Amino acid sequence: MLELALHILDIAENSVRAGAKTVNITIEEDVAEDRLTLTIADDGRGMDEATCRKALDPFFTSKKVRRVGLGLPMLSQAAERTGGSLELRSKEGEGTTVRVAFGLSHIDRQPLGDVAGAIMILIAGNAGCDFVYRHRRGSGLFELNTREIRDEIEDVPIGHPEVLKLIRDNIYEGLKEIGASA
Amino acid sequence: MAKLKIEDLKKIKEKVHAETALRDGSRRVKVTVHMGTCGIASGAKQVMDTLMAEIAEANVTDVVVTTSGCMGLCSREPLVTVEVLGRDPIKYEYVNPTKMRQIFKRHILEGEVQIPFVLARGAEIVK
Repeated sequence: MLELALHILDIAENSVRAGAKTVNITIEEDVAEDRLTLTIADDGRGMDEATCRKALDPFFTSKKVRRVGLGLPMLSQAAERTGGSLELRSKEGEGTTVRVAFGLSHIDRQPLGDVAGAIMILIAGNAGCDFVYRHRRGSGLFELNTREIRDEIEDVPIGHPEVLKLIRDNIYEGLKEIGASA
Repeated sequence: MAKLKIEDLKKIKEKVHAETALRDGSRRVKVTVHMGTCGIASGAKQVMDTLMAEIAEANVTDVVVTTSGCMGLCSREPLVTVEVLGRDPIKYEYVNPTKMRQIFKRHILEGEVQIPFVLARGAEIVK
């Protein structure tokens, strides 16, 4: 996986499978500290301490269909390559938070990629889950909350092509406006 | 800050309401793109992008798109399952944007299974 957008897609799918109702995805670009922070927080079923410790092991997975689980280890490796780190916090019954720090200007930092597309796929593929996407750079903040959109469109499904297109265009525009450059 | 325009959402709502009043908006086909780590790493996002673009272009409302996780056949990803209502689900293997377009036009719209790309018929059984 060569883009952060793909990692976001991957990790957020974990949240959905853990039964999350709301997934918060936050990206913060801190130019002064030269840090890019990605946080994915959910209100799913969470993990106990032992599982949480094993989650970064590529040969551990909660799935039965195969014996490897590479999503988190690959993200962790991508962060460590740039002098950053991955921090996993989880509490049973409350949810899980994955917080990843990257060196913003580090040459090995993966580009952000098509975040708008990734968020759109998450929304389209998981109709029963709400997503909140925040992107901060300096004092600029972009925020998208599917709960608000759902309230507005009432009985129209959020996966309707026109709604998705609007969301995608809105993210593109919003990121351009705050000067997101990762 | 770019705020999602409420008027735009309202416009879509009214348009969709007008359209569904004209025809039965029930779902006819369910398409699942498998999006585990393995799927994403082998190009499932491009496949999903293509599928959504095709749906928007064809302007169909009876096709539902969902995502799912890995089913254990990581070496054959990207996998796409097409389930036409009342028929057995068909699983396609090694899907790419070109194959996805063909599957959409021939199978999803016209009901003709694209045999050369098929992995299996039926649903997976998880032990």
